[in-house]
Amino acid sequence: MKWSAVPYVAVRALTKNTMRTVLTALGIIIGVGAVITMVGLGQGAAAEVEEQVNRLGQNVVLVFPGERQLGGVSIGGGSANTLTVEDALALQEEIPEVVAASPEVRSQRVIVHGNRNWHTRVYGQSADYLQIRQWPLESGEMFTHEHVGRAALVAVVGQTIVEELFEGADPIGQTIRVRGLPLEVIGVLSRKGMSLMGSVQDDIVIIPYTTGFQRVSGRTHAMVINVQVYNQESMGIARAKMEDLLRERHRLAPDQPNDFTIQTQEEVAQAATETSRVMTWLLASIAGISLFVGGIGIMNVMLVSVTERTREVGLRLAVGARGPDVLLQFLIEAVILCVLGGIGGIVFGILSTEVIARYAGWPALFSVEAMIVAVSVSAAVGLFFGFYPAWKASRLDPIVALRRE
Amino acid sequence: MPIIELEEITRIYRTSAVAVEALKGIDLEVKERDFLAIMGPSGSGKSTLMNILGCLDKPTSGSYRLDEEDVSKFSRNRLARTRNQALGFVFQSFHLLPRTTALENVELPLLYREEGLSWKEIHRRAREALESVGLGDRLDHTPNQLSGGQKQRVAVARALVTRPRVLLADEPTGNLDTRTSLEIMDIVQRLNDDGLTILMVTHESEVARFAERVVTLRDGLIESDERTESLSARRELERWLAQAESKADQRTRKSAELKEVPEAEEVAI
Ligand SMILES: Nc1ncnc2c1ncn2[C@@H]1O[C@H](COP(=O)(O)OP(=O)(O)O)[C@@H](O)[C@H]1O
Ligand SMILES: [Mg+2]
Repeated sequence: MKWSAVPYVAVRALTKNTMRTVLTALGIIIGVGAVITMVGLGQGAAAEVEEQVNRLGQNVVLVFPGERQLGGVSIGGGSANTLTVEDALALQEEIPEVVAASPEVRSQRVIVHGNRNWHTRVYGQSADYLQIRQWPLESGEMFTHEHVGRAALVAVVGQTIVEELFEGADPIGQTIRVRGLPLEVIGVLSRKGMSLMGSVQDDIVIIPYTTGFQRVSGRTHAMVINVQVYNQESMGIARAKMEDLLRERHRLAPDQPNDFTIQTQEEVAQAATETSRVMTWLLASIAGISLFVGGIGIMNVMLVSVTERTREVGLRLAVGARGPDVLLQFLIEAVILCVLGGIGGIVFGILSTEVIARYAGWPALFSVEAMIVAVSVSAAVGLFFGFYPAWKASRLDPIVALRRE
Repeated sequence: MPIIELEEITRIYRTSAVAVEALKGIDLEVKERDFLAIMGPSGSGKSTLMNILGCLDKPTSGSYRLDEEDVSKFSRNRLARTRNQALGFVFQSFHLLPRTTALENVELPLLYREEGLSWKEIHRRAREALESVGLGDRLDHTPNQLSGGQKQRVAVARALVTRPRVLLADEPTGNLDTRTSLEIMDIVQRLNDDGLTILMVTHESEVARFAERVVTLRDGLIESDERTESLSARRELERWLAQAESKADQRTRKSAELKEVPEAEEVAI
């Protein structure tokens, strides 16, 4: 047979059966696209979680009031009133491994500047908080222990505040009002992005905890104590000492459970990673189902046309095609379909990942492995169901194939 | 020297329930340039015999010599080459590739030729074949844009385009009306005059009259085999046209243009 005739015949067969071609390609495109999107989102989320855990700070231990399940990643909560400012100070003073401890008090407040206002979270923290979180300032400076001591009316604001309240202008030296309380902006935080929980961390105002407790929140107890430990190695010992100290300070009898929960950064990371792994698996199974459905689609389209294709094979054999000629034609057809479908699927997958990532503000990663797996699976299905009926038909006597009903 | 020699050919169809003995021992010799009609009632084994002659099917036993070569010893590839080069087959139900132009349908056998022709040559030969059956103006029509007679002419062109030694036609006029049947027979007779050996199955004696030799099958055996004086299809066609015209004249008093009635249903391959 003329060598250039085989691809010609294959391409003609594809273009003459537009519906079959489009449906098959669609099956591949959907399968591949879904896998790329799902795995991309899953891995993006996992990477983001890891990043966030790192951004939590350095050698951080969190103390929550009340007894909490390990694995509950939530940094919110703070239902019980068991942690005091004095607890925080004691941790810092009495445990050598503890470098700094910041009692945290949060409140949701509307802040006002000029004729603009903005709903945000106001955090009361100690002067060491930014060091604990490893959060650099963009400009200005952090309030000092002296500010904390006299409950000064000063604030350090996040990037969102700069954008929303000051429209990007330099806020240093300006005054913002919280419930009429004037706070002088003395520092601007660098951009931090999203938190583990998906909230924008830059939407924040940090004030001395003394000011927070006394003037803004109306609370008396810390919602979290952010603790920084000297180094990674002393994490375990610090944790144990903190537990002993707090139990002692809270006068807990040996048979009483803790009325606080200590989580090291690693534990938070573990819990978060666990959650993101579950989500990745969930997304991967959705992807797997899409791939399966796409495969079924390809299979159906191919099988529906088996009779027609068997007769086509019969006719080609009858006019003198050899078995291999026909097989090569069908193989090329299937390969073209798979390549086009695969490319289409990759493009579709990347686009939809981008769209979802942008729309949902969800980070996405493109996984080459996922692309390879998805394309190979679809290609295998397409090749098998495109090729197998042709292979069977090409082994028949021409008249049998031709008469197939 | 016979171009086709059959000896004791049998063909048994084995289905799960029964075995049907479609051919029970056929001896047949066909000389070059012969025009043979194979007749017989339905189920007598005509198609079975034709498929074996066309190398589309294999006999259960017996020997088939084509051009003095034993076909039963042919490999699958050799059989394919024989179908491609030595034989041309025309089916009752046309078997054209759907959604494919007449030209491309006729080019098909040339694509599978062993010595590759240039694309130009392939197009030229296919066009010539279509012109020779009077379809030079229908090259780009797909089967569903063609009437039954036109479809069969495309099929004849496809069978001829490789310049075979033998043309095999299984009830080529079975799905056609009188006039188109006559047109097809005219083409077939002209091909025979040009030296092509022709074997044609038909169960209509009117069609068999155009052959030079009539073989009659009954229950898988040859019942009779006789030479006849063949009728000219050209003349029959002219007579038929004249008659039709006078009838139309009588009815409408106008010279009605005779048009072929396109057949509604398209027979897919
Ligand atoms: N594929 C087949 N399987 C089983 N029996 C068949 C098959 N083809 C034909 N037959 C049987 O063989 C006999 C001859 O059939 P066929 O050659 O088609 O006859 P004809 O063309 O003369 O009408 C019939 O009895 C028919 O039923
Ligand atoms: Mg028949």
